[in-house]
Amino acid sequence: MAIEVRIPTILRTYTDGAKQVEGTGSTLGEVLADLDSRHGGLRDRLVDGGGLRRFVNVYLNDEDVRFLDGLDTPVKDGDTVTVLPAVAGGALFI
Amino acid sequence: MLEISRGLHDKIVAHARADHPDEACGVLAGPAGADRPERFVPMTNAARSPTFYEFDSTEQFRVWREMDERDEEPVVIYHSHTATEAYPSRTDIALAMEPGSHYVLVSTRDEEKTEFRSYRILDGQVTEEPVTVVE
Repeated sequence: MAIEVRIPTILRTYTDGAKQVEGTGSTLGEVLADLDSRHGGLRDRLVDGGGLRRFVNVYLNDEDVRFLDGLDTPVKDGDTVTVLPAVAGGALFI
Repeated sequence: MLEISRGLHDKIVAHARADHPDEACGVLAGPAGADRPERFVPMTNAARSPTFYEFDSTEQFRVWREMDERDEEPVVIYHSHTATEAYPSRTDIALAMEPGSHYVLVSTRDEEKTEFRSYRILDGQVTEEPVTVVE
């Protein structure tokens, strides 16, 4: 069972420069845990105590998983997960 | 250094003016590796705020996939400040996640004069760079 996971530039330090890695699992959360076993520290950049980190976007195929089931979103063989850091900012101090 | 055509420069300024007092935001896409902005891609500010911007996540996915298909990258990521100077805020610095992009800041705090400046933001460090507008 192979899920393709696309990694943004800023996180490729965890994947030895690879733009794409493969993971396995039946939910997004499981796939991220699986990736973390080979790319230690990657999961921490995406997930914190409350689930997906605030300014990280994760998509299952074409959909933002925040509109699906977050980390519990089921995945199947052949799916593509894409990670994109949110583009945000502004004068406000957050 | 950021080299940008008059046309693209003016489109960014017009976008910032049109969205004032909300912050405007967007991308200039260009061929991967060329450091040359070519295509104006204004983005929806999902926050619709005078002090914060965030790309709509679904729109961002679509635009990033389109750039990928066209072998492009986000050469410039721009946004406006509507009451403060055109300099990256602490929030801008903390959230800058595209190490290859030029971060353009525009300020519309003055009705007549629009400030337009460009920066590299790498590992929390801001370096201002000169902007050359090519007529």
